Amino acid sequence: MIVYLLCFILFLVGLYGVITRRNLVKIVISLSVMEFSIFLFLALIGYVDGGVAPIVDPANPDVIYVDPLPQAMVLTAIVIGLATTAMLMSVIIRLYRKQKTLDIREIKNLRG
Amino acid sequence: MEAAISVILVLMILGAIFAIHAKDLLSAVIACGIVGYGLVICFLLLKAPDLAIVQIVVETITLVIMVAVVLDSTREEPFTKPDRLGFVNIVTALLIIVVVFYFLNLATASLDAFGEGSLRMAEHYITGAAEKTGSANLVTGVVFDFRGYDTLGEATVLVTAVLGVLTILRIKGKK
Amino acid sequence: MKGMTLIVKKTTQLIAGIVFLYGIYVIIHGHLTPGGGFAGGVILAGSFILLILAYGSDFMKLSREESGSTITENLAVLIFLLTALAGMFVGARVFFHNWLPVGKVGELVSAGVIPLYNIFVGIEVAASILTIFLALVIFKEEMTK
Repeated sequence: MIVYLLCFILFLVGLYGVITRRNLVKIVISLSVMEFSIFLFLALIGYVDGGVAPIVDPANPDVIYVDPLPQAMVLTAIVIGLATTAMLMSVIIRLYRKQKTLDIREIKNLRG
Repeated sequence: MEAAISVILVLMILGAIFAIHAKDLLSAVIACGIVGYGLVICFLLLKAPDLAIVQIVVETITLVIMVAVVLDSTREEPFTKPDRLGFVNIVTALLIIVVVFYFLNLATASLDAFGEGSLRMAEHYITGAAEKTGSANLVTGVVFDFRGYDTLGEATVLVTAVLGVLTILRIKGKK
Repeated sequence: MKGMTLIVKKTTQLIAGIVFLYGIYVIIHGHLTPGGGFAGGVILAGSFILLILAYGSDFMKLSREESGSTITENLAVLIFLLTALAGMFVGARVFFHNWLPVGKVGELVSAGVIPLYNIFVGIEVAASILTIFLALVIFKEEMTK
């Protein structure tokens, strides 16, 4: 169970970064670290001791396979994480052109 | 197996802590790469080759986009000492972290031990799946045949994200 | 933006074609070996991004808007949806029905509609990531003009 504990500590490190940092790029990096910890947790749940990768080989048909269902969920989630990070980065570029700073306390006016 | 994954997780935690406290933004982005590539090794140890391939290429593309953004703006972070508002922020963050950690421990106390998960739910996806869907790769069979709606949703999310990026990065319209 | 030095350009000339072929291999063998549509699509986009980064956008003459990749991406999603809908008219009337013959496990032409799904999802993911990157490059160009 110590693997689950370390996974949660990685999640909490990311959460600390999102709450306390003032630079926009560091907030996005911390969000990305939180996502990675969740991918690892989902893949850890589906592991079986002594299992093999879930590819069926017609030569030896009965071995124990690792659970393929959490792997399918993480596959979808990784690509969606990429789309989210790309969109956040484009918002940051636009903000920097307008306000000339990356500090979230200086960006106050909602207009323009 | 548990020991190997624990060692790599400790390295990932150290990399994440450095990425948060780095003074130079480029160093922070590269330290984010430590977490991503360490995750690839963890996936390979957990017998998931599909996920390892996807994670390694996606991590490379993410790093390229982040470096393209960081090199274009200011690279230093001038605020190092927290003032009074920053101090309140840090204390609040630590309180939230302690509470969330307690609840997370409570939630996983009833999970099976690592590696002895009962395959009760996965029996229907493993036995006879290769004959029903026809594909030797069980994960592809689950993603495209048993759970096709999730793949449809993911394609929609990608199209919407591209739509959002094209709208945000638009130069003023052609006169 | 300007390109890189001569060594990078020569190495990219040799490598970009191999990466492109590897991406197509991972997409087509998605139902036999690990990989599939998503991984192969991102590898395919990676080969184009390599060319753009090495030669610079002045040399590649990137036009003012990214219309080619957007049209490809939308067409690929449309055909994916139509292939999934065609399952409603054949056989058991459900969405996402596997309506081509299943064949023998382990051959290249098998598993019904799944190779078609892999190919179209791969094209769509590659076009998406290429569009995002082109939007970034063209924005930088217009801003520094």
